[in-house]
Amino acid sequence: MSNHAERNLLHAYLDDELDLVRSMDLEDHLAQCGDCAHEVASYRALREAVSAADLRYEVPAEFRSRLMAELKEVDRPQAVTVIRHRRAPWWSWATVAACVLIAASAFVLDLRHRAPDTLASEVVADHVRSLMATHITDVVTSDQHTVKPWFNGKLDFSPQVRDLSADGFDLVGGRLDYVDGHNAAAVVYQRRKHMINVFSWIASGSDEEPRVTAQQGYNVIAWKTGGMEYSAVSDLNRQELSELVSLLRK
Amino acid sequence: MQNSADSAEKIARFEAVVLPHLNAAYNVARWMTRNTADAEDIAQEAMLRAFRFFDTFRGEDGRVWLLTIVRNTYLTWVRRQVPQQNSAEFDERLHTDIEAALTPEGEVLRQATSEQVRRAIENLPPEFREVILMRELEQLSYKEIAAVTQTPLGTVMSRLSRGRSMLRQLIARQRQTEVKHHV
Repeated sequence: MSNHAERNLLHAYLDDELDLVRSMDLEDHLAQCGDCAHEVASYRALREAVSAADLRYEVPAEFRSRLMAELKEVDRPQAVTVIRHRRAPWWSWATVAACVLIAASAFVLDLRHRAPDTLASEVVADHVRSLMATHITDVVTSDQHTVKPWFNGKLDFSPQVRDLSADGFDLVGGRLDYVDGHNAAAVVYQRRKHMINVFSWIASGSDEEPRVTAQQGYNVIAWKTGGMEYSAVSDLNRQELSELVSLLRK
Repeated sequence: MQNSADSAEKIARFEAVVLPHLNAAYNVARWMTRNTADAEDIAQEAMLRAFRFFDTFRGEDGRVWLLTIVRNTYLTWVRRQVPQQNSAEFDERLHTDIEAALTPEGEVLRQATSEQVRRAIENLPPEFREVILMRELEQLSYKEIAAVTQTPLGTVMSRLSRGRSMLRQLIARQRQTEVKHHV
């Protein structure tokens, strides 16, 4: 036989993923083609070996109970930090301390009827956490046409994702986050080594012009437009961060 | 504001829909990172994220939904690792081997030990390892694998096909070298 069955089809056949007609066509072919039949027999043996092998890892009991404790801890809408307990290199204590400080300051400010700075503290904490934990982005790509659809179905709004690479801001990716009691989109840009989180969520109230604040060595620019609230956070200098904000507002 | 009744309900729903798949989440993380410490980190991170974003869960398959988050968390982790960790040199050899390889006999494969199968899977390049695991260990359908990996069905099929071809070679080669050592 010169026309062998397509490799992908052999596997789909073995996995029961072919419809009846194609499955029967393939069986006809296997009856006549020794090479393809040999191939199928070999893969069938492979699958037997794989399913006979002990491949499943047990979830360590100690890990499971630690995780359950973490989950209970995290179920607080205003919780600002998620402190990770495993392995503690020297720098992690410093970051944890910083986060606790930020969290504490957010809490104190909260008592004073949520001064605008509370929000800045929270987005700074979110920004720091995104850098500290291994989750700056859930979707990693420089293509805005990949990032934007990624948010579909994950949020009840469609966040703004722009290609600003020509202006020196590279799109790194996107992430889901939680800000000020709302599900928020975090779109991540980068200039040189500086990561920039642009948070957006559905806002109430009228439009507000960009307002710049500084918190813990990070610049925060917040504004409201078209029913959305935005906060851009970075250790990038104020001027360049403002430049990004004006580009985003164009 | 979330009241405590809502909160209790959320926990209960999360425990019913997502938590049963912790083992699947941990296994994907464990096989992809190839070590316990990083697997725990990734599984934990993913579960916490799943919990925080459980409000966005629209009643689709809980396992597919969770594994998608695990995979995204893993990819972010990979980006932070030193490049070339995935033994690129070895992969090159693998790819060229496949072109010339003969079909290993069924008997050779069937006699493979658990250890040989595990080692062979661990040595697969990650994009092939993940589809093999999702198919063979988690028994996900092609459609579900496409959903978790956010790749077209055709890509899933060709990765599975190439992945199995490499796996077969790796197992057969291990058996050959071990037989030689014994002689």
